[in-house]
Amino acid sequence: MTNGWIDIKNTDMMLIMGGNPAENHPCGFKWAMEAKRNRNAKLISVDPRFTRTSATADLFVQIRAGTDIAFLGGLIRYAIENDRIAKEYLVNYTNAAFIVKEGFKLPEDGLYSGFNAATGKYDLSTWNYEGVGGQGGAAGATGHAPEPVPGKVGGSAPPPGLPAHVSYDLTLQHPRCVFQLLKQQYSRYTPETVERITGIPKDQYLKAVDLFTSVRKDGDMKKVATIIYAVGWTQHTFGTQIIRTAAMIQLLLGNVGRAGGGVNALRGHSNIQGATDMAGLYDSLPGYLKGPVPDDKDLATFLKRTTPTASKPTPWDSMNYYSNTPKFMVSLLKSFYGDAATKENGFAFDYLPKPGEDCSWTHIWDDMYNGKIKGMLAFGMNGVMIGPDTNKNINALKKADWLVVGEIYQDETSEFWRAPGISIEEQKNINTTVYRLPCAGFAEKDGSMTNSARWVTWKYAAVPPPGQARLDQDIVAEIFLRVRDLYRKEGGKFPDPILNLSWAYADAAHPPLSQVAMEINGKALADLKDDATGQVIKAGQQLPGFAWLKDDGTTMCGNWIYSGSWTEGGAQIQRRGTEDPSGMGVYPNWSWSWPANRRVLYNRASCNSAGKPWDLDRKQIWWNEAAGKWVGNDVPDFKPDSHPKDHMGPFIMNPEGVGRLFAPIGVLADGPFPEHYEPIESPIKNPLHPDQSNNPLVKKFNTPFDKFGSPEEYTIVCTTYRLTEQYHYWTKNNPVNVQLIPEPFVEIPVELADEKGIRGTDKIKVISARGTYIAKAFVTRRLKPMMIDGKKTYQIGLPIHQGFRGIDEDEGRNARTPANLLTPAVTDPNAHTPESKGFLVKVEKA
Amino acid sequence: MSQAATELIRISGRAGVVPGAGLNREFQVCKLVDTTTCIGCKACEVACLEWNGYAFSETTFNNSYQTMPETAWNYWNLIKFNEHERADGSMMLLMRKDQCMHCEDPGCLAACPADAAIVQYANGIVDFQEANCIGCGYCMTGCPFNIPKFSPTARKVFKCTLCNDRVSVGLEPACIKACPTGCLHFGTKSEMKELAETRAEQLRENSGYRDAGVYDPAGVGGTHVIYVLHDATNPELYGGLPKDPHIPLSVRLWKGPLKWLGNVAMIGGIVGMALHYMRFGPKKEEPIPPNDKDGRRL
Repeated sequence: MTNGWIDIKNTDMMLIMGGNPAENHPCGFKWAMEAKRNRNAKLISVDPRFTRTSATADLFVQIRAGTDIAFLGGLIRYAIENDRIAKEYLVNYTNAAFIVKEGFKLPEDGLYSGFNAATGKYDLSTWNYEGVGGQGGAAGATGHAPEPVPGKVGGSAPPPGLPAHVSYDLTLQHPRCVFQLLKQQYSRYTPETVERITGIPKDQYLKAVDLFTSVRKDGDMKKVATIIYAVGWTQHTFGTQIIRTAAMIQLLLGNVGRAGGGVNALRGHSNIQGATDMAGLYDSLPGYLKGPVPDDKDLATFLKRTTPTASKPTPWDSMNYYSNTPKFMVSLLKSFYGDAATKENGFAFDYLPKPGEDCSWTHIWDDMYNGKIKGMLAFGMNGVMIGPDTNKNINALKKADWLVVGEIYQDETSEFWRAPGISIEEQKNINTTVYRLPCAGFAEKDGSMTNSARWVTWKYAAVPPPGQARLDQDIVAEIFLRVRDLYRKEGGKFPDPILNLSWAYADAAHPPLSQVAMEINGKALADLKDDATGQVIKAGQQLPGFAWLKDDGTTMCGNWIYSGSWTEGGAQIQRRGTEDPSGMGVYPNWSWSWPANRRVLYNRASCNSAGKPWDLDRKQIWWNEAAGKWVGNDVPDFKPDSHPKDHMGPFIMNPEGVGRLFAPIGVLADGPFPEHYEPIESPIKNPLHPDQSNNPLVKKFNTPFDKFGSPEEYTIVCTTYRLTEQYHYWTKNNPVNVQLIPEPFVEIPVELADEKGIRGTDKIKVISARGTYIAKAFVTRRLKPMMIDGKKTYQIGLPIHQGFRGIDEDEGRNARTPANLLTPAVTDPNAHTPESKGFLVKVEKA
Repeated sequence: MSQAATELIRISGRAGVVPGAGLNREFQVCKLVDTTTCIGCKACEVACLEWNGYAFSETTFNNSYQTMPETAWNYWNLIKFNEHERADGSMMLLMRKDQCMHCEDPGCLAACPADAAIVQYANGIVDFQEANCIGCGYCMTGCPFNIPKFSPTARKVFKCTLCNDRVSVGLEPACIKACPTGCLHFGTKSEMKELAETRAEQLRENSGYRDAGVYDPAGVGGTHVIYVLHDATNPELYGGLPKDPHIPLSVRLWKGPLKWLGNVAMIGGIVGMALHYMRFGPKKEEPIPPNDKDGRRL
């Protein structure tokens, strides 16, 4: 979330799309209700199904799963056409005025300029700004745009290669300025086209976009709108681009950085944000530092590649915060390898693995299926259930030599060999050795959780783990210590990273998580002095924040964005102060929010160019001329003493200093602007460009399980979802939850049921090209047939919770089919998230 | 409020109100359910189940999100779901928390023949005293909301207590405590009534629900559980909430104007019994047959 849960109460308008917070985030959803009750805020729910969120909405529109970019692109068009944009914000805080290089082509035919059909990759040279004097990247300090890294798709941090001085046109009239290109790009997304793609009738669509953009009616800047989403947006082969479209809308309307605004991802687990922050993806390092690749010969090469240089109109200022990358990286290496990381050996950069190919989720299972991966440690997740194409994953596990599962229940992963359809005879021939280690449950361990609002909050153990159950960190520690012993005794190809790993905990076999948290915060390894203030940090002391990090090896820090969470003043993440001086729900003394205890990111943008809040009733920070600095109710996300007249951009994490309507040089692999592509399995060809229906960067696997259905045979659009009564694959072990939702079901429209002669509670089969799911029919009017490009199309949905292990499922008689039997293993090229929302099926009576 | 929670004002099986007791508006408690902010999460169901210590019972899927068709003797709080299509074709998913309404004029209490099996406290809570329940089930007939439920194992009738045990020590009912969206409120009747009316007005003026209103039915003297409804003119849409609930006429007549008939019948019975004794004499005791060694009657 750019903002936070409580901050939702400050909004005037909510667009909830790709998420169902009333059901999946019921506690946080109270703030949406607060906004409605106390501010008369409006709520728009856009979803394939009428959900319990929709039940509280002022307006609901039913959308075909996987057509969100068409909806949002049309919204951009509507906002521009009707002048419901934040002009001052747009010109000064986004790259709307930046001029794009000649030769850049919009995807009228589905492809941006530079596509190489042979390699399936884009040449990114035209995806750039024009440098002053008409030069592209050549005017930049770091020269040309980087070559795409082999096997590497996408990236999270901006690579260098932007021109240092960007050509711009503040009137936004230049035909190649970002704003004009944006306007041109979405001019194709007319309400009629949106209707053909999404299935939303034009009048309903116009009602929705009119309501949302009404916050900028007549140039008003006081009101604020928020966009709220969850995995309904991420689980597509263009998921990252959906979220980018939302970000672009919020930039266009001037809603980013403001209380009650922003782009807000609701995370599905108590600590999924924390997992992401600590390098959830194989191609990143903690704190969203880019991961090394084989071409990074040494630390210097890596840092040159990953440290951006400022790129902006000459008179403007850009903080370019990621210019500090070397400090974050060296401090991270010091936390990994301690004394073994020296200036001479490039701080042991060579120890880091440098994956040369995609190692994301679906690739792990594909590699296991193909015999490349022989074993798996599965902790804190139920691998068989969570990913797409369950059959493939079960068959991959059959081929593995060993599997270690840390769990509190007998889950489907540790008992994959008992999946429905595997006979006793076949079970005898599965040779995978499975070790199931009893772990501690959430109430049995302490540690920190990072919520959607980026609050890092410490929790305490309530009860000790039962029986032989052990804490996760104790299990991991023992594995590590024994592997290290083996390396010590027997050597190996490259023992150094293991032997030199820093493991400076009081009890090596039982690392206290408080010590791990302190390590993550970072400490001084030598006496440090701030020349400006004279403040001194002694060697061994905890660092007060990431501003103290050094690139010379005198500091260590396990994750730079968490620096400041556990200081000499104590564990900030254990704070429980309930003061809220501003009344805006900032609660600055409640736990600690990364970065730097800031509650709303980019909050400089809550003020106009002169440094005055857009809305004086919702003051966050402002420029105090007398004090010569930014002050306010939140921690300024800005250089504290940068005078407004210096025109420093509020988006300090971008080298441009401004928000990106146009994402240059492959920041997103599949295009600088989002374009609507059809899901891999879709009932129609893309009406925008039938010859390039899907995202051109999507790759398919080649195993016999990677099959795709044709729209002639599989006519129904299917999506998966979660219910408020159950929590993932877990609460099916808890009696009360099972009582609330006892059985799996499939929600189908009344019309489809009538057509097939299905009555509510009848058993039905849902069949995709990959598998068959069996459950009872939930015949409902909350899903209506849709007209998709002139074709009557049904949409159905099924919850994911049940499987073949649980209270009811344990008895053998009642094994349920996992929902992900149906979903395809195709992923988004940027975030590698599989396409679980929007695939094709057919329905039969069972 | 806590004093009112122990002070009785009505007792079943006894005529009239308890001497010296009178409803004191100041102490009246009330639960407000704002159905327009209910998300059907069922946290109230779980809180009710756990606070009252009832165990898991098996349910089956019934083409709805609803946990079971009606409340049960061991499941006092149930969200009722209704898919409602409006005239303009737009959908509504109406969700209403169903439980005892704690009527000011409780039909269950009026119908109950057992001495002190049902009482009404001065704070408005209507509570079953299971120790005194004779399991006749008359309260079920008397309730216009179909709330009291018979337990075949305990052979007694049970229902929501409005968490009298919590309220009497100054706590809110368990369902209120668990509600995540603030759709449930608890306070005095006048506070809740005011809050409800304000919310209904807001819905009428800002959300386009022109018929939004408060459900506090006069037919049972008002209730200590009140609802804000998007459409107060059609309460039946909300899982069959009666539009104008009353204590059934049969119960009213039987326990009111026709009560003398019962007395006449009872006196008639006693007279008949006396005449029978005088005519036929006492009933002779039959000898009890002996048991075999396994305790079976021979």
